[in-house]
Amino acid sequence: MDVPLNYYLVLSALLFIVGVAGVLTRRNALVIFMSIEMMLNAVNLTLIAFSSFLGNMTGQAFVVFVMAVAAAEAAVGLAIVIALYRNKPTVDIDGINILKW
Amino acid sequence: MLFFFFLGALAVTTAVMMIVQRNPVMSAICLIGNFFALAGLYLLLHAQFLAVLQIIVYTGAIMVLVVFVIMLLNLADERNLVDRMNIRTTFGIILSAGLLLELAVIVFTRSYPAMPRPIPTVAGAMGTVEGMGAALFGPFLLPFEITSLLLLVAIVGAVILAKKRL
Repeated sequence: MDVPLNYYLVLSALLFIVGVAGVLTRRNALVIFMSIEMMLNAVNLTLIAFSSFLGNMTGQAFVVFVMAVAAAEAAVGLAIVIALYRNKPTVDIDGINILKW
Repeated sequence: MLFFFFLGALAVTTAVMMIVQRNPVMSAICLIGNFFALAGLYLLLHAQFLAVLQIIVYTGAIMVLVVFVIMLLNLADERNLVDRMNIRTTFGIILSAGLLLELAVIVFTRSYPAMPRPIPTVAGAMGTVEGMGAALFGPFLLPFEITSLLLLVAIVGAVILAKKRL
């Protein structure tokens, strides 16, 4: 019945990799944001798994902070996307190169 | 064990679907499914409060914000944003495959000593609101307060960034 810790770690690694692949391959800025959220969630799963297996509360407390940071990041990031969209109507990250010299 | 495999398969499937989906709204819906699967996994790990928090904060707040922005930007014309198989895509897939390899090596070559799983009653009491509150307002009080400051800064920053003109 008990699922070993390894399984949780492997699942978390898989989710993280999918998030990395999304950030590296997709060009839609919004999808990239969602991939970042997914990577944060994969790390949350690792933290909770270790917390549960070690009987230590620190991991779960960290997850709360990670969630707060994710919320802040989403708010600011989406505001940036909206501000960019106002200047140049696209969310294609290849089209947004005003910071490139 | 069965629940774990079901939820894990659901999480990975929705994650992959999210990446390959062309339409951003469909990606967002897949991501919501992913978050629900993760909330179920948290429940399996005796983290009840975090499972509820996951649903409320992620699917309730963050994804609503994302979907709202997708709708607001009216991306119908962007739907045909071609994701052609260019050099960057190939490079990205190679890089993520390499990272997967590294993580697999780390996870599988380390032998985890059979960790004594805490007694279910202890583990169950850990993830409740009471346990979380005791941790957050005990040893983590200062980080907790700093988090509130971070959220305030984020709100102000988001409002300023999204304003038409200052």
